[in-house]
Amino acid sequence: MTTLGDSFLTAWQLVAAADTQLGSIVWLSLRVSLAATLIACVVGMPVGALLAVGRFPGRRVLIVLFNGLMGLPPVVVGLLVYLLLSRAGPLGQFGLLFSPTAMIIAQAILVTPIVTALTRQVVADEWSEYREQLRSLGASRARAAATLLWDGRFSLTTAGLAGFGRAIAEVGAVMIVGGNIDGVTRVMTTTIALETSKGDLPLALALGFVLIAVVLSINAVAYALRGWAERRWG
Amino acid sequence: MAAWLELDRLGLHESGTHIVEDVTLSLSAPRTVVLGPNGAGKSTLLRLIHGLLHPSNGALRWPRPLSQAMVFQRPAMLRTTAIANVIYGLKLRGHGANVRERRAVAALDHVGLAHLAQRPARLLSGGEQQRVALARAWALEPELLILDEPTASLDPASTREVERIVGEIAGAGARILMTTHNLGQARRMADEIVFIDRGRIVEQTPAEQFFSTPRTEAAQRFLQEEAP
Repeated sequence: MTTLGDSFLTAWQLVAAADTQLGSIVWLSLRVSLAATLIACVVGMPVGALLAVGRFPGRRVLIVLFNGLMGLPPVVVGLLVYLLLSRAGPLGQFGLLFSPTAMIIAQAILVTPIVTALTRQVVADEWSEYREQLRSLGASRARAAATLLWDGRFSLTTAGLAGFGRAIAEVGAVMIVGGNIDGVTRVMTTTIALETSKGDLPLALALGFVLIAVVLSINAVAYALRGWAERRWG
Repeated sequence: MAAWLELDRLGLHESGTHIVEDVTLSLSAPRTVVLGPNGAGKSTLLRLIHGLLHPSNGALRWPRPLSQAMVFQRPAMLRTTAIANVIYGLKLRGHGANVRERRAVAALDHVGLAHLAQRPARLLSGGEQQRVALARAWALEPELLILDEPTASLDPASTREVERIVGEIAGAGARILMTTHNLGQARRMADEIVFIDRGRIVEQTPAEQFFSTPRTEAAQRFLQEEAP
């Protein structure tokens, strides 16, 4: 039986040796979560901005809805996407279940409300500052939304990163729609869950280190970027 | 002088209270300053005229539609360079790239900020930001320039600079409609004073006469209280 200390040591050795199995798992995790976050930003940021500056029926309901969906349970999203993509499901013909694409879809659904709700907040704050000036200059609401998205670009990195943090750290959705297939759909979180239950603590721990390092370094970069932007543009 | 704007029983109510009420006014002077105590409805009146607010009753009549620009108490600067802020306004009005560039450069030059064109606008001083805002308005070549307490948060030097710029814009043919809390400024800038209190017009008088012999008691009291 390995002691905890041995596990830590072996874990560090795996990381230090850039173990290929470890590397491919980390790479897939990053690929899936980055793609999902990208989709969430492309969809969620314009929607969030329009919710902030727009005036249309149902706007309040949508705001409450997106705020609520920020806490969407990953396993439920996984289940819904599973039903959509399974052989008998409406999108079953594409054969996407248990593929990285399915994982991207599930995480994108999970993360889009987060990006949307946070973007709405950022843009709403900007709107209260710029509203009269932009209307005075004759900006349409769509134009104002686009202007404020660009103007708030540094604050919005936080929205994107919150989404990415959520995606890279979740287990439930990717487990269900990816299936945790070795070498195909195994990502950091699902591997940690599996290896821990099998008792292979070193690999699980090594992945845990990497996961924490990824999350911390991304936040550090975001912090530095915002500080730089503040000094550069005010 | 022919009127360039007529207000007919203009009113704005919000949740039961009258912010502006029964304002009937004919504006014909090139430079009009709206004076009145805090909360009199000065800013609201300007916003109604500029179209940022819609009246609850009454009507605005423009004998000829005038192109407008407005400068606010706090300049809203986008996170980009000073000149890009000026260009942005021109872009929204649909001007081509050549016109935008030419007019923006000229406008920044007019307000004495050509040397700061490439600086991030939000890092400029308050007075400089207000001058960028004036350049942004000037570049649109408005026929009517509306200013809502444009020097309220500025130091005396910046205030004089803003007054000089507004004077030049007026000299270029734009009508000026502004509010201020600075009576000296009103004296220097106005051809005509519109004095309002609690949302109603109290008097409309040529500036010189308003400051020497105001017609109403309310205006007399106001001048005594506000005098330095």
